[in-house]
Amino acid sequence: MQRIDVHPTHTYHQYKLRCGKPFPFGATLVPGGINFSIYSSYATSCILVLFEKHAKEPLIEIPFPTEFRIGNVYCMIVFDLDYENLEYGYRMDGPNDFKEGHWFDKSKILMDPYARSIGGRDVWGVTPDWQDIYQHRSRIAFDDFDWEDDCLLEIPPEDQIIYEMHVRSFTRHPSSGIKEKHQGTFAGILEKIPYFKELGINTIELMPIYEFDEFENSRLNPETGELLVNYWGYSTVGFFAPKTGYAATGKYGMQVDEFKNLVKTLHKHGIEVILDVVFNHTAEGNEKGPTISFRGIDNKTYYMLTPEGYYFNFSGTGNTLNCNNPIVRGMVLDCLRYWAAEYHIDGFRFDLAAILGRDPWGYPLTNPPLLESLAFDPILAKCKLIAEAWDAGGLYQVGSFPAYGRWAEWNGKYRDSIRKFLKGDGNVGEVAQRLQGSPDLYAASGRSPATSINFITCHDGFTLMDLVSYNQKQNIANGENNNDGSNDNDSWNCGVEGPTDDPQILSLRYRQIKNAIVMLMVSQGVPMILMGDEFGRTKNGNNNTYCHDNELNWLNWNLLSKNHELFRFTKAMIAFRNAHPVLRNTHHFQNKDYVGSGLPDISWHGTQAWQADWSSSHIIAFMLCGKHAKQGTIADERIYVAFNMHWQAHYFELPRTLEGKKWYIFANTGVASPMDINSPGNEIMIDNQSGLFLRERSAVILIAR
Amino acid sequence: MQISLQTIDDLQIASLTGDIDASTAPIVTEQILPIIKPSAKIILDMTKVAYMSSAGLRMLLSLHRQSTGQNSILVIVGLSEDVQDTMAVTGFLSFFKTYSSLEEATTVFQT
Repeated sequence: MQRIDVHPTHTYHQYKLRCGKPFPFGATLVPGGINFSIYSSYATSCILVLFEKHAKEPLIEIPFPTEFRIGNVYCMIVFDLDYENLEYGYRMDGPNDFKEGHWFDKSKILMDPYARSIGGRDVWGVTPDWQDIYQHRSRIAFDDFDWEDDCLLEIPPEDQIIYEMHVRSFTRHPSSGIKEKHQGTFAGILEKIPYFKELGINTIELMPIYEFDEFENSRLNPETGELLVNYWGYSTVGFFAPKTGYAATGKYGMQVDEFKNLVKTLHKHGIEVILDVVFNHTAEGNEKGPTISFRGIDNKTYYMLTPEGYYFNFSGTGNTLNCNNPIVRGMVLDCLRYWAAEYHIDGFRFDLAAILGRDPWGYPLTNPPLLESLAFDPILAKCKLIAEAWDAGGLYQVGSFPAYGRWAEWNGKYRDSIRKFLKGDGNVGEVAQRLQGSPDLYAASGRSPATSINFITCHDGFTLMDLVSYNQKQNIANGENNNDGSNDNDSWNCGVEGPTDDPQILSLRYRQIKNAIVMLMVSQGVPMILMGDEFGRTKNGNNNTYCHDNELNWLNWNLLSKNHELFRFTKAMIAFRNAHPVLRNTHHFQNKDYVGSGLPDISWHGTQAWQADWSSSHIIAFMLCGKHAKQGTIADERIYVAFNMHWQAHYFELPRTLEGKKWYIFANTGVASPMDINSPGNEIMIDNQSGLFLRERSAVILIAR
Repeated sequence: MQISLQTIDDLQIASLTGDIDASTAPIVTEQILPIIKPSAKIILDMTKVAYMSSAGLRMLLSLHRQSTGQNSILVIVGLSEDVQDTMAVTGFLSFFKTYSSLEEATTVFQT
């Protein structure tokens, strides 16, 4: 006995139809057919356009009957479709009036904003057919992946060690050792899981993996004739689909399974996955950009428009998604819920998140509904939410981002303070705050140290090696006369601009990199490492490589052996952090003894024990009492860390250890490898227990046992 | 799509020839499902299958689930390198026992 509700009620040519269900939006498999549902408040009519995969011309165009429109939603079930071999899109008719913000044009075929799989750029870098009438094609995806017993890892935030990476950059270089057909793909990352395990990180943060068009604004570099592309992908075509060109199986339309399998396998190895998501703008750009989807469906709803009908540009990329419009807000929420539920994503990092707190006219809201909705969402309840708490429109909210007790932040102030200290600016006061998890920014509002995502480098800006090798950005290769990219790099080249064979400068650069890694790994909060910094990745001083599909971005794995001492050092520092809960507190320090250990949870020192040199400003040392680890709930060892960022050596008097305990050295960046660092548990007792010399620009870590 | 079925002792061997896609996958399912009986031993010989779409992979998965539910054994022989790679990176491969040749598979069944 067949169910009555799966019987067609209408026919159009040979196609059998029935009024659809308005929810969920998108295309959903239902018994015997597909339910198509799309929203537009200003359209006057809508046509469903069906193609066979890759076909130049449509298979059929089916107008939605008037009775299939529910409110502002067009919904229809079409029966007996070969859903594996199907692409679909829409034509929308309605007003076309620039000043009013209406862009309806029924000559254009529009991609479904809810498309869960997108064709048209199936293999990375293959030049598109620009004559094709439908560039980015919605396809059907299947939700039948077998997750077995997989669920989110729920690693406590303060225990995360994040590794920021780009799918293609990480896996594309011939030296990666990855099977050639897997280079540049999700499948390639699978082959590198043993590397993550060896390094010791437990979270990877992927730069955008939602479908984007690498050919967006592609152009030839006037200098070299090389093709510059939208390489990083901070420009979304479809929010519900993984980038097909990032999947080795993309040519078979299997990218959904390939990406899910990557997440599942990473989870099996104890590694969380955070996605870098870009909800501040879309790939449609400004009024000169292509009409892909939103613009032709409901321009006025999806974008922030000026009174003259132009696009507000708070993102610096042409348009601004109107995130606090209830419809758009709904889409963002649907999207994140989908990735959390269907892809088991552990967390999201929101690009230029300050925009998400602006009202439709661009003014910052005191209580942004979108941020609140995300913070309290039942499906996202176990996901990490991380904000890049600024935007290109000048809104800077580090420390004041509307957090609702849920949002962590990329701490831009951490980056700036640490960089300045590293090059010798003598700003110990603010560095002391940064090392403690920035209580000056977060403690008063009751936000934990893990609110602070601590980073010195990220995809934007210099790599760590370039930070100690260049005073000036070298962005000529981007074809914009070195005008693009940040000028505020707080970098120092250690004496020579760029490459050098001067052994003293090279050794100072190594030392500075190690100093930076020490600072990052002993700071309260959540450390984030940029891919490749653990073995001296360079981009030749280019601090804005968003457009290069070449060795400027591809991680050269040959550097792993060349700079092995950096890798060894980073790995040992990560192991040290993982071994010591006192570095991963859940609450801010109180600067007092509250467990009766006889020592405050944190104390500050300088060249004299118990006397911090706040005035000398290039020197700082601190001691953590192990009995206060995780607020006294767990026993750890006492740790002493000293930084001498001065250009002269200094003698540091050590605080006395308890009766029967001695100071052991874990790391000293001032001595040559392999004596620069030990492995946790194999520290070496120091001869002079009352003090030690720190050479110029070096750092030391001791433990008492 | 051609499917030939033969029985050797208590082994059932199904040999497939052709591509498996959305149009041929249902045909394969229709032919293979009836032989998935409790404690059956089935070898799916795919040496002559050059291409398999996601519908083909999903068909294999559904046959696998049927056979697990029936306590029967279903193994696959002769996956092309490309199909095997696709199955590996999409997570399908781990659900199956695969062998490179019919001889190897029959030997395993006989021990």
